[in-house]
Amino acid sequence: MNNKKQLLKGNYAIAQAAIEAGCQSYFGYPITPQSEIGEYLSTKMPELGRAYVAAESEVAAINMVLGAGSTGVKAMTSSSSCAVALMQEGLSFIAGDEIPCVLVSVMRGGPGLGYIYPSQGDYYQATKGGGNGDYKIVTYAPSSIQECIDLTYKCFYVSQKYRTPVCLLADGMLGQMMEPAVIGHYPYEEIDQTSWALDGAKDRKPRFIASIAREQEHLREKVLKVFEKYNKILENENIFEKYETEGAKLVITAFGSIARIAKAAVKLARKNGLKVGLFRPILVNPFPEKIVAEIAQKVDGILDIELNCGQMIQDIKASIAGAANIPVKFYGRPAGVMMTVEEIYKQIENVYKEIVEKKYGTACI
Amino acid sequence: MGRIVLNRDRCKACYLCMDACPNKVLEADTTVNALGYYPVKVNSEKQCVGCAMCAKVCPDIAIEKVYR
Amino acid sequence: MEQLVYSKPESIKDDFKISFCPGCDHGIAAKLVAEVLDELNVREKTIGIASVGCSVFSYDFFNVDIVESPHGRSLAVATGVKRSKPDKVVFTYQGDGDLASIGIGETIHSMTRGEKVTAICINNTTYGMTGGQAGPTTLLGQITTTTTKGRDPEIAGYPIKICELLKELEGTAFVARVSVDTPAAIMNAKKCIKKAFEAQLKGLGTGFVEILATCPTNWKMTPQEAHERVRNEMAQVFKPGIYKDKVSEAE
Repeated sequence: MNNKKQLLKGNYAIAQAAIEAGCQSYFGYPITPQSEIGEYLSTKMPELGRAYVAAESEVAAINMVLGAGSTGVKAMTSSSSCAVALMQEGLSFIAGDEIPCVLVSVMRGGPGLGYIYPSQGDYYQATKGGGNGDYKIVTYAPSSIQECIDLTYKCFYVSQKYRTPVCLLADGMLGQMMEPAVIGHYPYEEIDQTSWALDGAKDRKPRFIASIAREQEHLREKVLKVFEKYNKILENENIFEKYETEGAKLVITAFGSIARIAKAAVKLARKNGLKVGLFRPILVNPFPEKIVAEIAQKVDGILDIELNCGQMIQDIKASIAGAANIPVKFYGRPAGVMMTVEEIYKQIENVYKEIVEKKYGTACI
Repeated sequence: MGRIVLNRDRCKACYLCMDACPNKVLEADTTVNALGYYPVKVNSEKQCVGCAMCAKVCPDIAIEKVYR
Repeated sequence: MEQLVYSKPESIKDDFKISFCPGCDHGIAAKLVAEVLDELNVREKTIGIASVGCSVFSYDFFNVDIVESPHGRSLAVATGVKRSKPDKVVFTYQGDGDLASIGIGETIHSMTRGEKVTAICINNTTYGMTGGQAGPTTLLGQITTTTTKGRDPEIAGYPIKICELLKELEGTAFVARVSVDTPAAIMNAKKCIKKAFEAQLKGLGTGFVEILATCPTNWKMTPQEAHERVRNEMAQVFKPGIYKDKVSEAE
């Protein structure tokens, strides 16, 4: 069954992938559009002798994850938007504690309660964080159900390997839609956690896992150590998709489900003779600045497309600053109606005309 | 009869032990310790019974051992 | 032949550091927890949860594995630890602000679930670490830095009675309130702490002990005067005693 293509709903796919990845402890609180993850695991985890607790709040859920993760087991929670907001303090502690764990964030509309529509409005929440202090939440953004599965595996692996919280940043569209995908098996090696995890101070000195650092030098070293991890993750665990960027005059930047629609629009543009490519960061935090800068040096413009009012575009702009002097255009809108291929294509055409035709004239097309 | 092992540099001079001691064996020292407090000391003229009450009430575990 | 009748518990580190103010009951309470861990012979499989407040420095003295919790979340962290490692002995060491104010939700729900953990709460009627502000257990009329004319129920409401609240929860197996103001009280407190751990070890539910404790610095009293206040004022409102004991019932 694992190797067969099945028609899967995103939330169930993520939940089953977590089980395949060896997630030992899940703690969560319901919120649309991700509640199926908790529902699924509430039955499956006890069947497998693993831990499932219906937490009394997201605040409690993330702190249960903190406790579970401190024992070295693979621990996970899932939530959405206004409820992920409640987890920010815990995430800051977990990052400072260097505890591995996975957060599945299935974005809905905001601010506040917003509504349950698909959205990419929590790119900032995931990548810039709401918790205090110097830290990052390593974040991967899938754009298909298959990627929801594969990246759930990746999230567990990276979290365990680098002892850091990792976020799978999906959206209501991915959580709720169904498409064929293969669950497969957890493809990564198991990382031994016994050198630091808490299991009782038997035949060794007691261990202390904490974010507190009373001496200035200790705090400095602690923060620099976690930032060294982010550099390593960017170096070794970066994933992205480049589509038709070679020879492109205009590159579309997009992430998650919007990138998938944008890719179809890029295909259409290529068919119509427009030299357009797509760059889709899958690891969005730490952000692959170098790759974006390299692409920017070879194109005449970038069109960033997001289902929000412009969040990742700031990372794009920061990436190309000093590397290329090209226009970075934006097309986006708040949560709600999903974009269509035709709609994005129209934007591509407009921007292409504005940037490329102005520079080279219509002959270049 | 009894004997205590007192780490005078851990004592913060709360003197709860002096109140707890049935034979009033403990008294305040006249010289300060490493922490800057006047720690307790044993008055050698009094007889310790080794009841360990002083150790039980000591919040700083300055009374490390009690023998009887 | 001289016999050793008392020595520092093994569950207190050899190079321990106690950073509490002079005469603070925290040191006595922590030592009792350590003595109980020794007596139950569980030190090597114990995981402690350090909370925020004066109790955060638990790792300076407890000779066991410890994970730090955000303020108020100790019992959620404890839940995560225990559910992931059910064979471990898990305890929280919290102040009243942590357990009964910011963390009351986690407290009530973990104990309603009957998590097999032990919670120790130091009730000193104030926020000690931050300089003596009014907390959930501040007595009516008590002067603090935020109730400068004494706690007025019209403005600040009433002190929360933790044991009376938690004994009603079906998941709690042992609930007691003790003090550590005299040698006799200390010995009784230890018995209760032991039972609170036995509740966990026997799988009966959550074990809970509230310890009426002093904060001489913020109360602006000598340690002796502070213990008088525990007896004459605190114990009048927060009645010491065993509120629930499924451990003895099970025996």
